[in-house]
Amino acid sequence: MLPGEQLKPASANLSINIRKRFSADREFSLQAQFEALPGFTILFGPSGAGKTTLLNCIAGLATPDEGRIVIGERVLFDSDVRVNLAISKRGIGYVLQELALFPHLTVEENAEFGLALLGRAERHQRVAKMLREFRVDHLGKQRPSEISGGERQRVALARSIVTDPCVLLLDEPLAALDAATKSKIIDDLRGWNLVHRVPILYVTHSREEVMALGERVLVIDGGRIIAQGTPHDVLEAPLQETVAQLAGFENVLDARVESVHVDRGTMTCRLLNGDASSDVVLETPLIRAVVDSHLRIGIRAGDILLATANPVGLSARNILTGHIVQLQRRDMIICARVSCGVEMEAYLTLAARDALQLAEGCKVWLVIKTHSCHLMQK
Amino acid sequence: MLIDWQAFRLTIELALIVSAILVVGGVPLAHWLAFSQWRWKFLVEALVSLPIVLPPTVLGFYVLVALGSRSPLGRWWQSLTGHTLAFTFSGLVIGSILYSLPFAVQPFAASFSAVDRKLLAAAATLGASPMRTFRSVVLPLSMPGLVTGVALAFAHTMGEFGVVLMVGGNIPGVTRTVSISIYDQVQASDYASANGMSLVLLAFCFVTLAVVYGLNHAALRQKLRTIGTGQVS
Repeated sequence: MLPGEQLKPASANLSINIRKRFSADREFSLQAQFEALPGFTILFGPSGAGKTTLLNCIAGLATPDEGRIVIGERVLFDSDVRVNLAISKRGIGYVLQELALFPHLTVEENAEFGLALLGRAERHQRVAKMLREFRVDHLGKQRPSEISGGERQRVALARSIVTDPCVLLLDEPLAALDAATKSKIIDDLRGWNLVHRVPILYVTHSREEVMALGERVLVIDGGRIIAQGTPHDVLEAPLQETVAQLAGFENVLDARVESVHVDRGTMTCRLLNGDASSDVVLETPLIRAVVDSHLRIGIRAGDILLATANPVGLSARNILTGHIVQLQRRDMIICARVSCGVEMEAYLTLAARDALQLAEGCKVWLVIKTHSCHLMQK
Repeated sequence: MLIDWQAFRLTIELALIVSAILVVGGVPLAHWLAFSQWRWKFLVEALVSLPIVLPPTVLGFYVLVALGSRSPLGRWWQSLTGHTLAFTFSGLVIGSILYSLPFAVQPFAASFSAVDRKLLAAAATLGASPMRTFRSVVLPLSMPGLVTGVALAFAHTMGEFGVVLMVGGNIPGVTRTVSISIYDQVQASDYASANGMSLVLLAFCFVTLAVVYGLNHAALRQKLRTIGTGQVS
């Protein structure tokens, strides 16, 4: 941010209360009611949850069946009084997931596109300043195809932001970037937001981005807002299973409390296979629960260790035996499905797979720390 | 050997006028075909494509009837100008426009449809009106299709025979095009002249198309370069 820039007064809230049904073959409708204050509001949820549709409704690219969308006093959409402002008149900055930079225009021309009403000199000046702020001023004469993915993301952000939108919609704008580039761009966005204070709706399904950006998180699944609050509230103490799955628990297991060890601060829980008990017991952290009550245990696939021999001398309390049902490569990790009375998913690196010479059918030991078992109410 | 240069001049003039009118009228029509969500649009699409499958004589016949003094259109024109459109250069232009319509409109519409809708959405959120979006995003990205459409319409008009014969007849300097002139020469067993004119027409059309496709390749290479290979989708 440029030093000495005046802090603008906080701008208007975005308030939304809409319903949109999709084509009859899909039993899916989007129902969203919330108010976004100036600053970041994260929309977090799995793909297909309705996040992009929500943004499209706000931008005017999709029309809700009914409801109201208002920025401050300005009505963008109201089904009762048949108001539906044209996309181009809404004054909303929208960075699409695909970025949609104009391939036939240079970076500068792209950034100037939204400023057609301004004079040439002012247009140039504002674009130059914005490209500087987003550190892409040296690319002004290049075309989108000639610059890197991170640079394209910056240009797309600059192109929307330079129009001084009253609301900014960002649909996974950083999804394709490495962590370092991502955090640099997030810093720049935060800097811009400190000065401009407009509501920013930021769609992501990355837990890290939620933690880095979040002032407020809305968790969306199946077209509904199923949880909201600060990232810490929503993600660190998961109570609802949907939230838990979103927060990165690949393994969500039904269990019954078998015994409570107040002295050790742990409980023993027997995992269930449907309604039947399995042979697997896990030692979990102690929560306020009574013996025989049912709960769910979430375990991240990355928190499970695999060994090809019975490990000894470990602090971990849970060592299960099983065999590998499936090994599947996802990007740079190997996802192993292991059957040990119940099925679990564990992640390992390519190097680990090769070092252990793992293959489907191999006998393995699963090592799970007590504190990797996250308990949820059922 | 006798080359009917007058017929060549007339044919090129006809093809130029028809191509120009097809750009002016075909671009809005193609835009409508590419973007309209009207449920009966397919009927219009079928209508526009009819000249591709109809024998030119059938098309020519209907145009002739429509332009004649018995049809409302023909009567209206006659009351305006004192003569019918049949067997005039203007009538020939009308017939040729209908005949070459799909050859211009289909490539136009295909290239408009091929423009990524996300770009149109982005333009709209940046405040661009539909007109400005069309002018500064859709048109520049559709150039190869536009050029192809114009070239096909031009070449198709250059080579037409059936419609011209039905609508225009064979009046030297008014409606006698190259193809009709060649037909005449063959009828008169003047194969040398027919051969000469055919060769000139063939060479002319080949050079025209070669130039157009050459330009298009260059434009396409440019476009591929600008769109790039590594763009994040």
